Amino acid sequence: MKFMVIVKATKESEAGVLPSNELMEAMGKFNEELIKAGVLLAAEGLQSSSKGARVKFAGNSRTVVDGPFAETKELVAGFWLWQVSSKEEAIEWVKRCPSPHEGECEIEIRQVFEMEDLSPAMSERVRRKEELLRAQIGQK
Amino acid sequence: MSGTDIQRAIDAVWRIEAAKVIAALTRMVRNLDLAEDLAQEALVVALEKWPAEGIPPQPGAWLMMTAKHRALDYFRKTDLNSRKHEELARELNELERTTPDLVTPMDDLIGDDVLRLIFISCHPVLSMESRAALTLRVVGGLTTDEIARAFLTPEPTIAQRIVRAKKTLGQKNVPFEVPRGLDLAARLSSVLEVIYLIFNEGYSATAGEELIRTSLCEEALRLGRVLAELDAPEPEVHGLVGLMEIQASRSRARVNANGEVVLLMEQNRALWDQMLIRRGLTAVERANGLTRARGPYQLQAEIAACHARAMTAEATDWGRIVALYDELARVTPSPIVELNRAVAVSRHEGPEKALSLLEPLLADPMMKSYHLLPSVRGDLLARLGRHAEAEAEFERAAAMTRNERERTFLLERARKSGDSA
Repeated sequence: MKFMVIVKATKESEAGVLPSNELMEAMGKFNEELIKAGVLLAAEGLQSSSKGARVKFAGNSRTVVDGPFAETKELVAGFWLWQVSSKEEAIEWVKRCPSPHEGECEIEIRQVFEMEDLSPAMSERVRRKEELLRAQIGQK
Repeated sequence: MSGTDIQRAIDAVWRIEAAKVIAALTRMVRNLDLAEDLAQEALVVALEKWPAEGIPPQPGAWLMMTAKHRALDYFRKTDLNSRKHEELARELNELERTTPDLVTPMDDLIGDDVLRLIFISCHPVLSMESRAALTLRVVGGLTTDEIARAFLTPEPTIAQRIVRAKKTLGQKNVPFEVPRGLDLAARLSSVLEVIYLIFNEGYSATAGEELIRTSLCEEALRLGRVLAELDAPEPEVHGLVGLMEIQASRSRARVNANGEVVLLMEQNRALWDQMLIRRGLTAVERANGLTRARGPYQLQAEIAACHARAMTAEATDWGRIVALYDELARVTPSPIVELNRAVAVSRHEGPEKALSLLEPLLADPMMKSYHLLPSVRGDLLARLGRHAEAEAEFERAAAMTRNERERTFLLERARKSGDSA
């Protein structure tokens, strides 16, 4: 299963302060570990929201609002895409991550939809089939 | 954390650390069987202590240290090798004096150790199925129960397979090392074969009804990606990773809402996972950067890449695919490659020419019970308007396959041909 691991913004990251060399180095090492473990699929860091924009939808109207945006702690400053075997494994990896900003900050872990999540009828069928197979091979 | 939460958290730690811990211990005690026992003992200690004390900040180092203490106890008790004992005690002391940081591996040897572990668990003295089970267990960190479910095999069978495999490695004194020179190529191909077997078991289940068992594909991809990041670049490793990434990119498009097979040419390409395709193409480039003498996985990855690059089925570069199959047939001549080459030729030069290429295969004993031969012949005959012959071929193919989904699909094609005849 895949998880998107989201680094939230801070006042500094929103102000465009670049991470220190030490942090860059530690992050590089961490990414290397993720790659060596076959976990890392993709990773990007995002520039401050002042360089972004929002498009608001209401019926047929589209309104463009330029950044920066106020709710700093809810903004995304970067993300990884990981392939792991459970949410717990994703958490375990996140705990090993160097603190992504100086000071207090947050990393959010979100599971990516897979085909079976999107088609409940099918997963129900898959589940029943698996129960049957388990019964056939004599497992609980 | 509740009891189950902590249990799941410990499982997760184990998934991440198992290979490193088992590999480092195997190097020390020179016996995979004993090393795995010691690692399991460390895990049991963790299961006893962590629920009360919490998961330590460096769980990997903790497991390694605990396992090494167990190893030390073991040598003290058996006292078989006092030199080994001293060596181990010294290593432990060093480990305890230096506090490893959270991220970097506890020692530089770890990458090499994991590589050795992969080579030993895929050793040719073991049967293919034993290699696959042992590799998932010691390198992948899966439980016996998980492996049994993935292979739809009863748990005791898998457990026994693993126990026997470890005993065999001990009895045959298989060294814990990365093979060198001429040996390396043969041993590496054994490793790649195991990974691709695991992938294919997940991708096109040989038995049972479900076509794709995603977890096995993911496991194989993970093993492949681990192997690709260890040093000593081998083009075929990247070739295999590229092949698996690109095949996996089509998982969503391969089966429709009713769980039926959708052929490559009829798949909705918008469902292909573009990220996996990009990763696959990058792996192919890495392989190409290392060699001009392309190996079988690299060539198959190139063929998969041709399909991945085509925005529509019509845009497929069949000329290039035929040329790649020609090269593949030279590198690894086999009736299955010939069969696939014929399919490509049928798209490039028409079904008539392809049908003639299949003639020699009809007498090949290897193809006698291979359902794809009559299945492909049926398709070519149908395209030539020879519907009655096509119907017979599809029926023959349906009788040969072990996969229920595929059988339904083939019988449906037989019926359609019968209607047109």
